[in-house]
Amino acid sequence: MMFIVKYIKEVFSGLKSLAIGLRRTLYYFTHHKEIITQQYPDNRDTLVFPDRFKGEVVMAHDENNEHACTGCTACELACPNATIKIVTKFDISPEGKKKKAIDKFVYHLELCTMCNLCVVACPTDAIKMAQTFEHSVFNRAELTKVLNKPESKVREGVE
Amino acid sequence: MWSFSKISNILDSWLSETFSPTWTMVIEMVIAGICVITLFALLGLVLVLMERRVAAWIQIRLGPNRVGPGGMLQSLADTVKLLVKEGMTPDGADKFLFNLAPIIAMMVAMLLMAPIAFASNFQLWDLNIGVLYVTAISSLMVISILMAGWASNNKYSLMGAMRSGAQIVSYELSAGLSIMAIVVLSSSLNLNDIIQSQADGWWIFKGHIPVFIAFLIFIIAVTAETNRAPFDLAEAESELTAGFHTEYSGMKFALFFLAEYINVFIVCAIGATLFLGGWMPFHIGHWEAFNHVMDFIPSSIWFFGKTFFLIFLIMWFRWTFPRLRIDQLLDLEWKYLLPISMFNLLLVTLMAILGWHF
Repeated sequence: MMFIVKYIKEVFSGLKSLAIGLRRTLYYFTHHKEIITQQYPDNRDTLVFPDRFKGEVVMAHDENNEHACTGCTACELACPNATIKIVTKFDISPEGKKKKAIDKFVYHLELCTMCNLCVVACPTDAIKMAQTFEHSVFNRAELTKVLNKPESKVREGVE
Repeated sequence: MWSFSKISNILDSWLSETFSPTWTMVIEMVIAGICVITLFALLGLVLVLMERRVAAWIQIRLGPNRVGPGGMLQSLADTVKLLVKEGMTPDGADKFLFNLAPIIAMMVAMLLMAPIAFASNFQLWDLNIGVLYVTAISSLMVISILMAGWASNNKYSLMGAMRSGAQIVSYELSAGLSIMAIVVLSSSLNLNDIIQSQADGWWIFKGHIPVFIAFLIFIIAVTAETNRAPFDLAEAESELTAGFHTEYSGMKFALFFLAEYINVFIVCAIGATLFLGGWMPFHIGHWEAFNHVMDFIPSSIWFFGKTFFLIFLIMWFRWTFPRLRIDQLLDLEWKYLLPISMFNLLLVTLMAILGWHF
């Protein structure tokens, strides 16, 4: 006798869970203000990005054309598909001491999967993810970028 | 006031005055054929657009909104695209069966159109075993699917076709039993008699809970019979790429696509006829004044309104429920729907004998 009770209970709990799903979709069907898709080319000027949207890696420079990258290559090691290549050089300080610094921070956008591991790995928060996303170009070479600006140098006190 | 039956009567009397009876018959058949094909094309366009809109709104999207005002011409543009595409036949395919399958799918859909009453006194073929005819013909749908799957010479297609065979053979039982509930109550197999028996209230209201259960089972079973999600195992986009129409392209694919939507329309029309009174306006018992007001709404609007309500219901199911696996699908039929509908049929029979319905 118990199995019949169990059977009927199963049927009713199944119907109940389906009804919950139907109620939710009917709510969405009748509430068009909840629509989350953006009409992209039309609202290009007023696009709203979610916080975690990642477009490309950039390096932040301040007004003195200084960045925070020490050339430690932690990001290069963290990158799973060799997107980042750091070319280092040695600055000679006024006292005659050699100091390691970056010459070029080469970033291959065409290889990047926006996994964010380099940004996590960076000890000095020199790089971050930007939200630009219109990356189409006519020549593949344009996707290989040098992130540090010309003549820029590492900020004082960043080790 | 103009109505479908009046137009058809005027046409009939004019034709029989002008031509001999044989030619009248031939011309009327041609006109009916053209009307059915036009209806098919229109339904295809409207239902595809409706499906995409409903899907989009349920998934918090906007849906087609670029072609024409508010995206109204999207399905027309899709049709033109499919028309100009090349219809390829694979090398290893059984060419005759491969090309025959979509035509059979359409033919089945056309045959099913015959006994449906679109408005009062407006029906292609008033036959006295309409319900039996519909259940018999609708099981032919599986032949076109099996044919397509076999002739494609593709393992995935064959697998999809075989699944569809298992699915339709099992779900036909509970669809038939839930239709039987209405046949028992109205004691007729004629679709017109069934509609007339609902003049004082639709069966879904007159028949209490057992008929409501029968209605639920009917909706579930016909969703499975038309191979739509959550029972779309014949197509199974995720695991069989597209099942039986993997190898089809161009207009042959479009015919399958169209046949699916026409079948949805037809099963919803049958459901509306059996449970919601077909073209019969909404009547409540002996409220003469209320019934009289309801009679002013044309019967064709009642029919199409109910049918499209049921189509919306089926679309709503499709975009809410997760898909079933093949063993879950057969479990649902043989362990749940079939026993419940058999027990339900007994209850309905008891109700009909003791006169417990209104």
